[in-house]
Amino acid sequence: MSKKHTRGAASIAFQEPVYIQSSASIVSKKEGEGPLRDSFDMICEDPMFGTKTWEAAESTMQKEAATLAIGKAGLKPKDIRMLFAGDLLAQTIASSFGIAEMGIPFYGLYGACSTMGESLSLGAMAIAAGYGEHILCATSSHFASAEKEFRFPLGYGNQRPFSATWTVTGSGACVLGSCPPPKSISDKKLPLRVGNGCAVITGITTGKIMDYGLKDSLNMGGCMAPAACDTIYQNLTDFARSPSDYDYIFTGDLGVVGQKILIDLLADKGIDIRNVHDDCGLLIFDNETQDTHAGGSGCGCSATVLASHILPKIAAGEWKRILFVPTGALLSKVSFNEGESVPGIAHAVVIEHVEAE
Amino acid sequence: MANTEQQKKQKQYEKYVKQVTPTHNLPLNMVKAFVTGGLICVLGQVILNFAKSRGLDTEMAGTWCSVILILLSVILTGFNIYPKIGKFGGAGGLVPITGFANSVAASAIEFKAEGQVFGIGCKIFTIAGPVILYGILSSWVLGIIYYVLKLMGVIS
Repeated sequence: MSKKHTRGAASIAFQEPVYIQSSASIVSKKEGEGPLRDSFDMICEDPMFGTKTWEAAESTMQKEAATLAIGKAGLKPKDIRMLFAGDLLAQTIASSFGIAEMGIPFYGLYGACSTMGESLSLGAMAIAAGYGEHILCATSSHFASAEKEFRFPLGYGNQRPFSATWTVTGSGACVLGSCPPPKSISDKKLPLRVGNGCAVITGITTGKIMDYGLKDSLNMGGCMAPAACDTIYQNLTDFARSPSDYDYIFTGDLGVVGQKILIDLLADKGIDIRNVHDDCGLLIFDNETQDTHAGGSGCGCSATVLASHILPKIAAGEWKRILFVPTGALLSKVSFNEGESVPGIAHAVVIEHVEAE
Repeated sequence: MANTEQQKKQKQYEKYVKQVTPTHNLPLNMVKAFVTGGLICVLGQVILNFAKSRGLDTEMAGTWCSVILILLSVILTGFNIYPKIGKFGGAGGLVPITGFANSVAASAIEFKAEGQVFGIGCKIFTIAGPVILYGILSSWVLGIIYYVLKLMGVIS
């Protein structure tokens, strides 16, 4: 290949845009009562999703979201060349158990809450390289399984600090493709297309692990903000853009505390994103009435907000170009107990509106 | 040199994060903890007095009091009410015997899916375990101090 796709130190600009052919989101009751209640594809009142364990519930949810996304694109599981998926559980069991029976070649990912950015980046790279016609990217998180994995049993009566975020019970999935999605065929097949308007991935910036030495696992925003700052700064540098070149910069789950820190950190570098920044964790819940403290978090947070709220607006042309920057805190219960700090990571995906021919 | 520089930077960041992070109102939380813990103790006293009035001796009445409080806490945990008490009252809900029972019951419910042995059996004391271990350890230490003081004739 003679074409050079790399930009700057850590970014890729795709020569041919990578189309997001469909997007699907499934959430549970609490998310379904939040500000985005009318945007989700499915709201499941039963947090167990008809299963016996929280882990099986999360697997089921991810499988449903994947099936829904494939169906909306008018495809069958066998049309999908590969699947990039991940979740928050140890050894990413929600993805492997959920998606196993679909029979799609599978890469399991762990990027903590940044996983949607990671899977979209890898998926877009694979499409751009011509390694597949259709690629599925999916992630999920479940409040109960995440609490069990990282914190306390649900029935334990403890107090959460105001810096704590609330893990979203939800799963988001997107089908990526090299060609524009077809026009909608029926009520069930609703690809991501408004008239001729489509959403495409035009570039990515891969994040570095950033560690400012913070050890408070209940202040994820503070742990992840430096990573978001670094990735956004890198993206703007690599593409020679300024914040105003984006209609919005969406971080994943920095919450109230992390958002403030991010804005301050970027201001130190001479970049003002106040007018274009929003955070998926602040969009999905109403912190005042839903008692979610700093906001929503988890892989499912950025994934469902992207699938339900952001992508349709891009396809409709309401926003021309956005930067999607899910953030992850790369800790485990063991590293935390052993006194290690909480390193953060953030991956940026540039998503633009195009008119298909 | 570079290391101390980095540590200094980390300290600075930690301090800054602390500044921008909202915290709970400590005096208010203390009042809530006092009221919650106090109410649980009043309830215990009611049970104790009632048991005594029915003719039980102090020791027996105390046992009944503990057992009833534990039962109540476990039932409230099962109905997801105790977490709300804990959220409101903080340490006021956690320190009394009811908090201990809550931590054991919550673990049992959570890890039931992982089986009787490796789930409930191994993990039932994940939160309460340290309390048991160090509770026994510190009473052992106090016992030795008591024994030594007695030998020395400080206490009779």
